[in-house]
Amino acid sequence: MQAFAYQNPTSVADAAKAVAGGAKLLAGGQSLLAAMKLGLATPEALVDLGQVAGLKGITVSGGTVTIGAMTTHAEVAASKEVQQAIPALAFLASEIGDRQVRNRGTIGGSLANNDPAADYPAAALGLGATVVTDQRSIAADDFFKGLYETALRDGEVITAVKFPVPEKAGYQKFKQPASRFASVGVFVSKGPAGTRVAVTGAKACVFRASALESKLQASWDTASCNGTYLSPSDMTTDLHGSGEYRAALIPVLAGRAVAGS
Amino acid sequence: MNAPTETRGFIGKSVKRREDARFLTGTGRYTDDITLPGQTYGFFLRSPYAHAALKKVDTKAAEAAPGVLSVFTGEHFKAVGGLPCGWLINSIDGTPMKEPKHPILADGKVRYVGDRVALVVAETLQQAKDAALLIDVDYDELPAVVDVAEALNAKGQVHAESADNRCYQWQIGDAAGVEEALKTAAHVTTLSFRNNRLIPNAIEPRAANAAYDRAGDSYTLYVANQNPHVERLLMCAFVLGIPEHKMRVVAPDVGGGFGSKIFLYGEETALVWASKQLNRPIKWTAERSESFLSDAHGRDHATTAQLALDKDGTFLALKVDTTANLGAYLSTFSSCVPTILYATLLAGQYRTPKISCTVNAMFTNTAPVDAYRGAGRPEATYVVERMVETAARELKMDPGEIRRKNFIHEFPYATPVGLTYDIGDYDSTLDKAEKLADVKGFEARRQASEAKGLKRGIGYSAYIEACGIAPSSVAGALGARAGLFEAGEVRVHPTGKVTIFTGSHSHGQGHETTFAQVVADRLGIALEDVEIEHGDTGKILFGMGTYGSRSLAVGGTAIVKALDKVVAKGKKIAAHLLEAADTDIEFEGGQFKVAGTDKAIPFAQVALTAYVPHNFPHDKLEPGLNENAFYDPSNFTYPAGTYICEVEVDPATGVTHIDRFTACDDFGNVVNPMIVEGQVHGGLAQGIGQALLEHGVYDKETGQLLTGSYMDYAMPRADDLPHFTVETVKGTPCTHNPLGVKGCGEAGAIGSPPALINAICHAIGVKDMPMPASPFAVWQAIKSNR
Repeated sequence: MQAFAYQNPTSVADAAKAVAGGAKLLAGGQSLLAAMKLGLATPEALVDLGQVAGLKGITVSGGTVTIGAMTTHAEVAASKEVQQAIPALAFLASEIGDRQVRNRGTIGGSLANNDPAADYPAAALGLGATVVTDQRSIAADDFFKGLYETALRDGEVITAVKFPVPEKAGYQKFKQPASRFASVGVFVSKGPAGTRVAVTGAKACVFRASALESKLQASWDTASCNGTYLSPSDMTTDLHGSGEYRAALIPVLAGRAVAGS
Repeated sequence: MNAPTETRGFIGKSVKRREDARFLTGTGRYTDDITLPGQTYGFFLRSPYAHAALKKVDTKAAEAAPGVLSVFTGEHFKAVGGLPCGWLINSIDGTPMKEPKHPILADGKVRYVGDRVALVVAETLQQAKDAALLIDVDYDELPAVVDVAEALNAKGQVHAESADNRCYQWQIGDAAGVEEALKTAAHVTTLSFRNNRLIPNAIEPRAANAAYDRAGDSYTLYVANQNPHVERLLMCAFVLGIPEHKMRVVAPDVGGGFGSKIFLYGEETALVWASKQLNRPIKWTAERSESFLSDAHGRDHATTAQLALDKDGTFLALKVDTTANLGAYLSTFSSCVPTILYATLLAGQYRTPKISCTVNAMFTNTAPVDAYRGAGRPEATYVVERMVETAARELKMDPGEIRRKNFIHEFPYATPVGLTYDIGDYDSTLDKAEKLADVKGFEARRQASEAKGLKRGIGYSAYIEACGIAPSSVAGALGARAGLFEAGEVRVHPTGKVTIFTGSHSHGQGHETTFAQVVADRLGIALEDVEIEHGDTGKILFGMGTYGSRSLAVGGTAIVKALDKVVAKGKKIAAHLLEAADTDIEFEGGQFKVAGTDKAIPFAQVALTAYVPHNFPHDKLEPGLNENAFYDPSNFTYPAGTYICEVEVDPATGVTHIDRFTACDDFGNVVNPMIVEGQVHGGLAQGIGQALLEHGVYDKETGQLLTGSYMDYAMPRADDLPHFTVETVKGTPCTHNPLGVKGCGEAGAIGSPPALINAICHAIGVKDMPMPASPFAVWQAIKSNR
């Protein structure tokens, strides 16, 4: 790993100021530090959000679950409030990575990184969440832009994520056998944000499967998903599955997510 | 308070592993833990290309970098020999195999991604790594030969010595007789399949620390290795020309080998040579990604087989045509793996009267391929057991019945492929496995699965392996360039405590426990009075090391032979003390007794007398009690068993769930059942890993390793595996070693892949299923079968 400058501010304002000079934000570090060790990322300066006040914690009120950006996956998974309000979200958090990753990795970090096989983007898009930053609020539908690409501006800091509490929601993840990232992950919900089916792992960026959404809108049951055709043309093909395979898995997983919702 | 000490009956007891205390408390001592005065660090610059000419390797800037002592390249090693191959295989036409030079550091060309280009030595590892970035290499890329099945007609040519990339074309068995039987048989089953490439992944990566001592003009090499004497012999006599007595090789605690640490590699060889140039010790420990690229890989065969049967399912002939990948260079034992260790096992447990096998062994621009847990025998078992099961399905016969019908029942049995099985009872393991697996209940379970939309299948594998490698005379006749015996020494101390020096090496097998059980049992002394020393050429008289499930059968027997000598001498000393004739002394339960009397003295008193020989038969005996023995077995040992696997496949996703796995083995006598069960569990995990998860994949065009990390190379994890039902029958003890043991280290990895693949084929109704049977592969098979 190459040498880098390090700052650990205690307020969002200081963090924003520190990062303005071109530094990289460090949240839980479960993607960034691994990339740095392999020499795939070589930032000259890191701004650690670990000491910043007010970025951690979970509150539920008025039909909204608000999760601070620096809240770890383990905390979300173990939260009684989340388990009660959106059990599918707590379940999704419990399925991320391994114990070590869940104890360090954060929701804000995961969303900002927007790994094509990460779990949280599916939850954010699948529940119609709102990403709150130090500058504005961004609807999930506008947040995920492409491969590792989001609507965040340089130096913009995610502070929290707001999830509307759905009537029903479910998540099914098909794990890549080696990495156990999502080969395909499907998050389904119906509620205040409408009927949503968000898919991670299958393309360069998380997306909504509208063919499944319209069928589930008509009838919220597993049978609605069966046999739904999704075009494999822009889906990922790798050692562990073709685009065609992923396209075939999505309705199966959506149906199972509905069954578990 | 210590429990009362037991001093007899250690054979057959599940004594807890004595070595585990240090492993579990972090006090093991591995090569990387050893740091010497004046320590320096080595880093290897490796080729990013599968095949390229080295136009220029400019090391000037690297040599000037901070902390760098020197940078070595292939130029420095021009005068040094290449790495030797330990087994000569001759082609059908009588010509010897092609043996292109296997250089220590790349000599004008690189031949696989990860090939060693330069060694940077610096005061710190970071300095060495930083300096390596400054080496200016001009690669002229050449066409890469990647897929073994296409190597013969590939555009590229790996070595100038072989225009068609073939190392040898070898044949065994009655080819004409087999052809004749195929023509007239009532039924012929034909299958083509790949035995997938595996990457070893020992927990401890390869590591070495080489030191030169100017005062003694001698070397010490610490190395993660399974056979330090073989390492020393090969490096001294065949590569560097160092006198063997001027080199000490120490393989301290080693964290797993699985074959990959048998071989002499270029890394430690370069370190030893460079340590003298710099007069400083040099340490190198592979990073995980380096291990993926540069450890010798395993398997990688492409095979077509035909099994001829009569209408009742009696086997008439087996024809096997295999193309084996040797990788870019001949690794130490690579040539014998797809030949001697493979085709000789094609009889399996059956009376197939005619068998022939042709093997084309190919060079490719991939990492060298060599022995990996099972080494040839898993590939042979896969051929035989996939063919047998497929034939049974085609003939609508029960997979148990077709096997029973063809089992060998009379021993010794000479197979048509060169081996003589001394003993076995294949019905007993098959019967027991069927019972434990509740084969009778399968149909009801299948229906229950079907009701849930799942496909259930059952698969058998009745494996045999040849272990204890081997009689030196036979190995020599077959091309081995080394002997294959083992050495052991028993040093009895004056107080009656015993240190054993064994040429076998333990890197996970538990020898420090098992061997101590044998010694304590034989001498009638306490287990804690026995110490097992291994892994140091400075202490151990000689050794051929640990591989091929040979340690107890060969190394253990050498110890027993030395113990016999200790007891024989002890009897003479006791006879003197007890004033009896030598022939009247019996040794039992740690006591030397005068037969038919109550006169007896304990072992410890005899030991003391040997070292304080005041009252001693000096006219007949030397003082002291220290004996050694070499043991060269008269035959292989033949462990065998039946494995039955039952799977449930989700047709919507292709996911295979192993519902149950039953392993029933005949290992002959068993010294420590717990350790044996652990060995079987580990072997099953590796075999199931091969069948379900693991796959070393190179890009077919560029030769880049696509599965170069755990992100893409799937190792088996606990939740991939079922609860194993493991039973070792009170079977047929080996007839030609005094312990009656056969070996158990590789059985699980040998027997399990075909059982699992047979079960998946049965579940989804397909004839073949490539390994690994990943969800994607199974889904594709279901889809194309529709």
